[in-house]
This record gives sequence, C-alpha cells and structure tokens, in this order.
Amino acid sequence: MKRIHALLTAVTLVLGVATGGFAADTIKLGVAGPHSGDLAPYGIPAMKAAQLVVKKINATGGVLGKQVELLIQDDQCKPEIATNTATKLVTEGADVVLGHICSGATKAALGIYKDAKVPVMSPSATNPPLTQSGDYPNFFRTIASDDMQAKMAVDFAINTLGVKKIAVLHDKGDYGKGFAEFAKKFIEESGKAEVVLFEGITPGAINYDSIVGKIRRDKAEALVFGGYHPEASKLVSSMKRKRLKVAFISDDGVKDDSFVKVAGVAAEGAYMTGPRDLSSIPLNATATSEFKTEYGTDPGAFFQEGYSAALALLNAIEQAGSTDYDAVVKALQTKYVETPVGTIKFDDRGDAEGVGFSVYQVENGNFKELK
Amino acid sequence: MDYFLELFLGGLTRGSIYALIALGYTMVYGIIQLINFAHGEIYMIGAFVALIVAGICTIYGFAGISVLVLAAIAAIIYASAYGYTLEKIAYRPLRGAPRLSQLISAIGMSIFLQNYVLLAQTPDFLPFPSLIPEFAFMEPVAHIVGSSELVILMTTVITMILLTLLIKKTKIGKAMRATQQDMSMARLVGINVDRIISLTFVIGSALAAIGGVLVASYIGQVNFYIGFLAGVKAFTAAVLGGIGSVPGAVLGGLVLGWTESFAAGYVSSDYEDVFAFGLLVLILILRPAGLLGKARKQKV
Repeated sequence: MKRIHALLTAVTLVLGVATGGFAADTIKLGVAGPHSGDLAPYGIPAMKAAQLVVKKINATGGVLGKQVELLIQDDQCKPEIATNTATKLVTEGADVVLGHICSGATKAALGIYKDAKVPVMSPSATNPPLTQSGDYPNFFRTIASDDMQAKMAVDFAINTLGVKKIAVLHDKGDYGKGFAEFAKKFIEESGKAEVVLFEGITPGAINYDSIVGKIRRDKAEALVFGGYHPEASKLVSSMKRKRLKVAFISDDGVKDDSFVKVAGVAAEGAYMTGPRDLSSIPLNATATSEFKTEYGTDPGAFFQEGYSAALALLNAIEQAGSTDYDAVVKALQTKYVETPVGTIKFDDRGDAEGVGFSVYQVENGNFKELK
Repeated sequence: MDYFLELFLGGLTRGSIYALIALGYTMVYGIIQLINFAHGEIYMIGAFVALIVAGICTIYGFAGISVLVLAAIAAIIYASAYGYTLEKIAYRPLRGAPRLSQLISAIGMSIFLQNYVLLAQTPDFLPFPSLIPEFAFMEPVAHIVGSSELVILMTTVITMILLTLLIKKTKIGKAMRATQQDMSMARLVGINVDRIISLTFVIGSALAAIGGVLVASYIGQVNFYIGFLAGVKAFTAAVLGGIGSVPGAVLGGLVLGWTESFAAGYVSSDYEDVFAFGLLVLILILRPAGLLGKARKQKV
C-alpha cells in the first residue's frame, strides 16, 4: 500500500513537471471581462480582438519563438467574481492579462495581479484613480480616462486660447456634471485661470438667457459646458441672440451632427473635445476588416482598444525578451507600438500617451479636428 | 441695473410664453373642470406643423414675415382641429363619468400624441428656422432684449386683449361664462353647451399653437417632448394664478417667469426649479385657490 502511494506521488510529480514544462513553452495571455450577462457586449469584442491578434501572431511564429495561449475568464463585470477570475488566471500562470472591462471589476482584481506581479491592461476601464492613485503600478490602459476630456478642454482654453476667466456650466446629469467638475478642478490646479461661475442648468428649459446674462456680468472669457447637444444648441443660440462673444468649449456629448444642424450659424466657431479620428490609422482598418472576415459583422465597443491592448502586451514581452515583470513594464513604458488607436507607449502612471481626445471646432457646419 | 433689466425682461418673455399656454389649461378647466393634460402636446404639434409649412413656404420662395404668418395660420388651424377632435373622441363620451376617468383619458391622449409624433416624425431634435426677423432698431439694446422677445411680448399682449374682449363683450363669451357658472341652467336657456365646450377647446388649442410657433422660432429647435416640459410649467402657472381664471393664468405665468429668471440670475440656475415650485407650494398654502382664483364651493 505504501509503495503504491509512493508510486502515485511520483507519477503525479512527473506529470506536474511535465505540464509545468509544457506551460513554459507558451506565453499565456489572460483575458478577463464580461462574456455573459447583460454587460457581455462590452467584453466580447475585446475577447474576440485578443483571439484575432493571437491567431495572427501565432501564425507568424509567436512571441519569442513561443506560441501564445489564451486563458479566457468571464467576470460578468462583477467585482466579487472578478477577484475569483484574477486568482484563477494567476494560478493558471498568466504572464500578462488583458482586462478587465468594467472599472469596478478591474479595481477589485488589480490587487491580486499586483501581488502576483502580472501586468494588466484594460481596453475600457476609464475610472481616473485606477492610474492616478499610483496604487497599481502594474495597471495600464489603452483608453483615455474619464477626466482626459476635461483636461484637454481646459488645456486648450488656458494654453491655446489664453483665457483667464472661465465660466463652467453643466446639465446636472452624471456625464455633464462629471466633466464640469473635472474641468473646474483642472482650472483651479493650473493657477493660470479662475472659475468665475460654476452652475447647473435645467435641461429642457425654454431659454438660458439668465445664465448668459450672468456670464456677461462675471466677465468670463470662455464658457466650458458639460452636457449634451440640445442644451448646448440653446446656449450658443442664446449667446448669439444676446450678442455675447465668449469662446464656447464643450465635450463629446455636443460633438454631434444635431448640434450643428440645430444651432446653425450660432454653432460656428464652437470648440468641443471628441475621440480622436482613428480612420486615418491603417492598422485600424486592417483590424476591422479582419473582424468582418472572421465574424461577418461590425466589431462592437472597445474592439480597437482591446486589439491595441493585446498587441501592446505581446509586443512588450517580445521587446523585453522575457516575461519578467519588471522588464515587461519597462518595455511598455519605453517602446512604442503600432496599434489601431495609434502609435503608443505608456506613461509612468499607466495611461497610454497620445490616445484619446482631440479638440474640434465647428467650421462651415463641419467638425474640424485641431491638431 | 442693466443686469436687473435683462433678468426682468427675460422673465417677462418666459412668463408670457407660459401664460399663452396656461390660458388653454385654465379655459378648459373653467368650463368643464378638466385638466387637459394633452394641451402641451397640442402646443408641440403646432410647432411641428409650423416647421413643415415654413419649409414648404421657403421652397416656394416666400420670405421674411410672410412665412411666419403663413406658418402660424396653418399651425393654428391644424392645432384647433386637433383640439376639437380631442374633445370629441376623448372627453365628450366621458362627460357624465367621474372626473377621474376624464383625467386618465387626458393623460392617455397626452402619451398617445407624444408617441404618435415620435413615430410619425422623428425622435431627434429638429432645427426650427428663426422666422421672427431681426429688427435693426433693436440692435442697440440687443444684449438686453432682442427682436424675438419683443415679438413674443407683443403677440401675448394682443392675444390677451382679444381673448378678454371675446369673453367679456361677445355673445359667445357670454355663453361661455354662462356654461362655466352652471351647465344645466345654460342648457335650459338654450345655449348649445356642447358647441361652447368644443369652441373652448378650439380657442385654447389655437393659443397653444401660437405659443408653439413663437417658442420654436425663438429657441430654434423642436422635438416630440417639448410639449410635456412646457406643459408642466404652464400648468404650474395656471394653478399659481388660480386655475379657471383667465387673468390668473397670465399673472401666474408672469410670476413664474420672473421667479425663475431672478432665481437663476441672483441665486443659481441650479435652484431655478426649486424656487419656481417652492413658490407654488407657498402660494397654495396661503391661498389654496391660487392668486386670483375664487374658492368654489363643492356642490355635494
């Protein structure tokens, strides 16, 4: 009996070594995100992007001469499931992880990866503190954080337009108010300009004449507005009607054809931030057509970002020459990689440089990207 | 001082828009004690008709004020037809029914009309051409009060005067007042009560259409939902002034407009609605029938 037990142990050990030895021959790319449940549409495109990238890379010889193996785990965007997902991926020996999708799930999982020294890259988690807090040196993302738009708008107002007094308005909604609050914070931190007015307006009101009068009274030189196009149209129309000439700067919610259509001439010259125009990036078209050939439909949300993250992670391993944590992180921060969202590298906080937003201006009824 | 004047005139414009719409609520309530929740939708339909007619007129080469007048006339006719039909199919069959049934029917019509326009037209915001011309003589004061505001104020004043004359001086007005006081007695003395009620709806709808055309041209956009938002405020104005009272609706509209304008100007636009509805609560506590409303004894 004792001998059988010893034999079994020996067999197990040998098998264990064998699997371990086999595992060392592949690079393991973990993919975590919602692949079931109501948030699945946000996770599946990134997963498919990873599959496409891995298929392509494996066909051309893999990374460091090794094949890439995908470890796909569903976290349903739930923080409590995400911690299990992370533990599972770490146990299975993932070298790098693409994910998670939702900010809450990402935050819950990051500690586990950090302890296991696994670099993680999200295509979609936009919550600002994930990178800005400095708590997660192993975290990177290929999407701009929520406050990037506001930062872009404020930088533009202060540095490009050179205004000193700024009125900040919002539509009291989550999106608009979030944008406005970040803008206010950045203006105050810059020390170069002051916020002379910070207020919410009521969506759907007949006019915003009172607030326009107030902007004039407070002698603001620029108006930063967080919200959507119906209110923005009314604001610029009201400004035009009341002969108030201040720069109007807004967000992606206003960069909509309806804004130009509805506000007409009053919209001319208005500035707004919006996602960078990716159509001129060749790899973006390649990735999209790969997806269409494979699945016959248009890729969904965060496909480009997911594709970019998979490329960036595998490229970093290739550049680092190993899957060593420090070397991979260094490669991510120093080596540029061509992706569908542009040629990128990451700053020391983990945000992709050059990804995200541009400032647009309405010119003859079209949005013109200001370089 | 300029700032105060600007807020005052801004409030006056807003208030007169509310007043125009509030009149429709108050007239209908005065006669059949029904709150016509679909009234805001009639206003919205007026704006849509004006948009379509203005588009056609522009294609056929009309220009300037003639487009405004043609669009307004078309809107008035169309909206009046809607008001008449509304009363005929949704309220008249329920005339003897409990008031709650009529109220639910009104809410139903409101939802129906909104969704009808949503489906038949578009869920998007549409641009509305500014039909009100810019007067050159207004240019020096344009930063305080513009041409559109002037036209809106003038239209409201003229409409009020005509309406008051209609109610006080004409035979129809007399019949309307009689119906308001006692419907069965009015019927006994030979007034065609049904016709008077229909006429009330037609007049109310026409006023809403005028409001719709002016507001849409003023703010430059229409959407199937604008009637609901304007309706809520106009209804508040009608209650504030005393529902059922014509001068009350005007006063209520103006008070509401000024409250909003001054609250946004001197406090914060965050609290615009807080002040507006806070005032409503306060007035209803102090004068439950509204500013100019007469407390009606319920006949039991």
